[in-house]
Amino acid sequence: MTRAALVALLSHWRQHHFQLGVLILGLALATALWMAVQAINTQARSSYAKAEGYVQQFDMPGLVSTSNSLRVSDYVALKRAGWALSPMLEGRMRRAGQSIDIIGVDLLTTPRISGAVPSATEAETGELLLSMLRSPEGLLMHPDTAAAVSEAFADARIHLTTEVPNGRAIGDISTVSRLLDEPEKLTRLIYLGQGQPSLTALRALPDHIQFEATGTSPIDPGSLTESFHLNLTAFGFLSFVVGLFIVQGTVGLAMEQRRGLFRTLRCLGLPFRNLILILVIEISIIALTSACIGLIIGYFLATALLPGVAVTLSGLYGVQVENSLTVRPEWILSGLAMTLLGAAIASGYAFYSLWRLPILQAPSTQARGQQILRNFNGWALTGAGLLGLGCLSLLLWGGLNGGFVFLGCIMLGTALLLPFCLWHILRIGQRLTPHPLGHWLWADARAQLPGLSLALMALMLALATNIGVGTMVSSFRLTFSEWLDQRLSSELYVTARDDTQGAALLHWLEVRDLRVLPIRSQVLQQPTGQITIYGVRDDPTYRDNWPMLEAQPKVWDQLADGQGILVSEQLARRADLSLGDRIELPQGWPNRVLGIYSDYGNPHGQAIVSMPQLLRNAPEAPNQRFGLRMDLDEIPNLIKDLQEVFDLERENITEQGKIKAASKRIFDQTFGVTDSLKLLTLGVASFAIFTSLATLWSQRLPQLGPVWAMGVSRRTLAMIDILRSLLMAALTALLALPLGLVLSWALLVVINTEAFGWRLPVYLFPLDWLWLTSLSLLAALLAALLPAWRLFRLQPSELLKVFSSER
Amino acid sequence: MVLTVSNVTKTIPQSGLEKPILDQVSLQLDAGKSLALTGESGSGKSTLLHLIGALDGFDGGEIQIDGCPLSALDDGSRSALRRSKVSIVFQQFNIIPSLDVAANISLHAKLAKRHDPQWDTELVRRLGLSPLMSRYPEQLSGGQQQRVAIARALAMRPKLLLADEPTGSLDEETGDAVLALMLELVAESQTALFLVTHSPGIAAVLDQQLHLSNGRLT
Amino acid sequence: MNVSRFLFCLCLLTPTPGFAQGFAGLGTEAEGFAIPSPSHRLQFPRDHGAHPDFRIEWWYLTANLEGENGEEYGIQWTLFRSALAPGEAKGWQSPQIWMGHAGLTSATEHFSAERLARGGIGQAGVSLAPFEAWIDDWQMTGTDDLSQLDLTANGGSFSYALKAEAEGPLVLQGAQGYSVKSPEGQASYYYSQPEYRMEGVLTLPSGPVAVRGDGWLDREWSSQPLSENQSGWDWFSLRFDSGDKLMGFVLRGANGANDFRSGTWISADGEVTPLQPGAFQAVPLAQVMVGDKTIPVRWEVHLPDREVFVTVEALNPQSWMDVSFAYWEGPVTISGSHSGKGYLEMTGYE
Repeated sequence: MTRAALVALLSHWRQHHFQLGVLILGLALATALWMAVQAINTQARSSYAKAEGYVQQFDMPGLVSTSNSLRVSDYVALKRAGWALSPMLEGRMRRAGQSIDIIGVDLLTTPRISGAVPSATEAETGELLLSMLRSPEGLLMHPDTAAAVSEAFADARIHLTTEVPNGRAIGDISTVSRLLDEPEKLTRLIYLGQGQPSLTALRALPDHIQFEATGTSPIDPGSLTESFHLNLTAFGFLSFVVGLFIVQGTVGLAMEQRRGLFRTLRCLGLPFRNLILILVIEISIIALTSACIGLIIGYFLATALLPGVAVTLSGLYGVQVENSLTVRPEWILSGLAMTLLGAAIASGYAFYSLWRLPILQAPSTQARGQQILRNFNGWALTGAGLLGLGCLSLLLWGGLNGGFVFLGCIMLGTALLLPFCLWHILRIGQRLTPHPLGHWLWADARAQLPGLSLALMALMLALATNIGVGTMVSSFRLTFSEWLDQRLSSELYVTARDDTQGAALLHWLEVRDLRVLPIRSQVLQQPTGQITIYGVRDDPTYRDNWPMLEAQPKVWDQLADGQGILVSEQLARRADLSLGDRIELPQGWPNRVLGIYSDYGNPHGQAIVSMPQLLRNAPEAPNQRFGLRMDLDEIPNLIKDLQEVFDLERENITEQGKIKAASKRIFDQTFGVTDSLKLLTLGVASFAIFTSLATLWSQRLPQLGPVWAMGVSRRTLAMIDILRSLLMAALTALLALPLGLVLSWALLVVINTEAFGWRLPVYLFPLDWLWLTSLSLLAALLAALLPAWRLFRLQPSELLKVFSSER
Repeated sequence: MVLTVSNVTKTIPQSGLEKPILDQVSLQLDAGKSLALTGESGSGKSTLLHLIGALDGFDGGEIQIDGCPLSALDDGSRSALRRSKVSIVFQQFNIIPSLDVAANISLHAKLAKRHDPQWDTELVRRLGLSPLMSRYPEQLSGGQQQRVAIARALAMRPKLLLADEPTGSLDEETGDAVLALMLELVAESQTALFLVTHSPGIAAVLDQQLHLSNGRLT
Repeated sequence: MNVSRFLFCLCLLTPTPGFAQGFAGLGTEAEGFAIPSPSHRLQFPRDHGAHPDFRIEWWYLTANLEGENGEEYGIQWTLFRSALAPGEAKGWQSPQIWMGHAGLTSATEHFSAERLARGGIGQAGVSLAPFEAWIDDWQMTGTDDLSQLDLTANGGSFSYALKAEAEGPLVLQGAQGYSVKSPEGQASYYYSQPEYRMEGVLTLPSGPVAVRGDGWLDREWSSQPLSENQSGWDWFSLRFDSGDKLMGFVLRGANGANDFRSGTWISADGEVTPLQPGAFQAVPLAQVMVGDKTIPVRWEVHLPDREVFVTVEALNPQSWMDVSFAYWEGPVTISGSHSGKGYLEMTGYE
């Protein structure tokens, strides 16, 4: 019986290929986008987790120096005093134009090294580590890193392992101290003892060394990239929800169409429970099929998008993501689960109404105005409540989480408000339109609203997200490139091999009467985190270009006099500094805050003092990098001379233009990803409108029949149909705009400030909105075209059936 | 003549064969007159009404409405003809669910650009619809709906009113009252009425009676 | 086993992964390291210091001690030096690696601890004038002739601080300090101070214990002390109540045959006689399970020339040194034709 009934029910799809196609495609599209985003996110996250885990494994309780002056002799003295410690030397080096974070550990005493080959046996691991101890420059590196820099390490033995995060290298401390040319320096002593060190031991520590219970790792990709992933996830989730609207529509239609069949089956004695069971089996089969198709599409989508994402992440946030996609069970499973769950949710309402309505009663196709209005009012109330909740969470809770809750509440709340708003707008439109057909058009649009509202919500969310994310990315790009123009004011940057060559280079350049801006800095480890202090010469370049956010009068004069310090926005926010405050620094550094400047994209704190002040406090600051102010025409000759005289490698000489071009390329990649996602979400939203319209089709005829009978041709009706879709889309877009702006504001002002520590100015891009609105109108047009075409080609006899009692 | 039907033939495809529904049907109807068409279920009487209402095409013969031959008209012109000259009242689903009663009544007249608020008011009063003007169709009973349909049909002052079992879905008492009102208004407004019914009782009230059987008039 | 331990295991003692042959791969090629020569004469105090051109070297002190209540204890203090390459360099670039082992044994308890250190930075090493051997906070310091020593070491739950005073001259093992270790000619430089009067305090989890007793220092360095087919050794330092002392070792052949046996007899009056090859005999009598290994903890030791027929039995059979490369090392009591105390070291048991 059940089997026969299943066959009978499935036969429906044989007659409705198109409907089945829509259902599967809808679910598959939703799954694909969701999975693609999931895949990218998990890939990126696992890369961070690896990086973070990597940092964390050295980020154990330990001894650090507040003044960045931890020496090997300190280590030995502490060891001989009985401290259980393992030394670490961290640093950054540039090779082949890439900067590599390099960590040196004492392979003998380090608590654990997960950098070894994971699949190897203990003997192989031991052999590898032994060879690292023995070989002059044994380094563990990720294959991607090694591919980029291995030529620059011609003399080194590089061991490839994916366990080391991309962009990092790890080696024995002897190797690393030589590579960094830091024979005496250490950055951290990992504490290996049981429990806390004794108070006596702590008191006996030298002044410049202190115990740090849990290390503060300088790199925290988690919060840095969270907002980027939020964008991706928002896109993915949105597409998925939109996909569910599609499924809801199609399943609803299939239920509706098979009502007669259900009636017959029930009359033949099929229990209601079995009927539901069969329907569940049916939808599960469809969902699984779709999920599999979606999985495949999603994989290719992710593969296509990942390089862009990887470039973006490494360029903007300095986080390395492995470029090749590995199929991970978690995103496959999450995709399958989401699809099944989604299909269940989407078909839930159809099942519910099947259960609610007596099986023998024909469904009502009449729009029940009052009931609908009550529904919309209820939604609107919930929506308004959510808006309130969102604002409250922002005000009371605050922070990154408050920001995210705010975003979620605003988006969902506004979506729930949409049908209510549209209903009233359409009503007003109806009142204001004297023309009878126009009048009818508004009224009919209102009648269609219940069936279309979900799809329109989807469209609105897609549009708003697009506006929000678009505004964020564009604002970021604009701000960033302006800032780059200000910061990179020297036309040419030269890096000497060492300090000696640096001094010679400076002399040589000054003899040739070039304006040289030496770039010298000292890194200080402060309790609040790492600060890099730069020394600057008093030069109009800085006075004219430096991106100051706030400054005291005559700030550069005061700075040149050694009266204070300039701090970056991040540092100011982190340490809660305003103009005139004093920043906590070791004795001797000028510490009055004279100005605050923007320093986008840098997770660390940064500050500027005059060059004499830097050299007074940190005479050993490297003197290797120089900015040159010069005519662009003279650059090629100078580069040639520099290379000849100083035997500098080309990578040590960088033109300003190239840096800017590189950063532009990163943004273009970001735009590529964002644009693709924009188009995809809008595409899915348009598909949702289309399926809704297709679903509404059978309910449309009673609305259209009388008008047609009154002498309005099918052609006119079809035109009106398209017009109505456009009207709805346009209204939705109009309402999406404020939501999008609120979203942009939240992303830029709230989330960004919390996550990155700097505030991005909001720039508005009305042309983008126009473009997006046009796109959504185009989407609505495409969605309406087929139903309109069907209407245009409709046989009169079909329309006449409306009036006969057979319906 | 408001309506002239001459030798009209209509076939529909059925099991691969062309099955005749109407066979050489001819009739005439003058302004202010009424004609009742009776027949069994499936005899083709509704089809004939649809043809006269320019709702569907026919295969042979000719129909003229107010001197205008339908066979020569394209879809747009037929729509225009319906809009300006013909009103149709079906058994049910006559009125537009998304519009209230007032808007429903005036819609056709407005489409025909012949809207006369005074005539509307008169019709509404006569049909007893005044208290219902701001209601929506779903809030009306079947009888009220049909009265709205009649008001809407007459509000545009058609040359020809086509009615297909207009009281078929109503109980007898209501049906009789609605029918009586309709006939009264048709007579006053000099409208030609073509009414399809299976009830000999109703047919007897009209000026002229024709019977359709197997696609032929008898 | 954590990686660094394993690593040390490998790097300390083998340049190739031939771990299976020879205990800790001691039997391997010299690879540029200096090789002991029979004609070389040791010079003191210079040779108390480190010899970085040799692959491996140790300062090894064991002592049988007794508490005031007659309770017996044993301690071990060892500093190993192992070179990744011959020679010395400054700072982190030094190829020298240092390892310290400390043991403390009673009849019922055994403690062991380990320290690892890089050479070149001062964290561990041996210096002269005055003599100082140290790793982290463990040290053995004293006079340049090693006649007086102070030694300290600690582990998680134990520590000790002892004074040692020599009661006789240094003993050069083998041929004037050139000690042959295999028929193929592997050899080491080896000398001992077999007679220290020891005194000091042991700190156990139960509290401090004042002790006194006798100590024995071994100094040995080499680059290839084991031949390829030797798998480990059993080393005995026995101090008889008669005042005679016996050092004897068995270097076990990898295949269970071809054991290489040697030793030195030091008579009560100080006369030192290297034993004839094969004269020293040691036969395991009883074995116990220590962890997952089977270890002989009761031996029959024969030296027919000197009419020595004794049973040597571990004070604590579980004297297992649970360190990077683990081995058995602990005090023993002697009974039979002679009575006395001593120390036993057994390596290479799988």
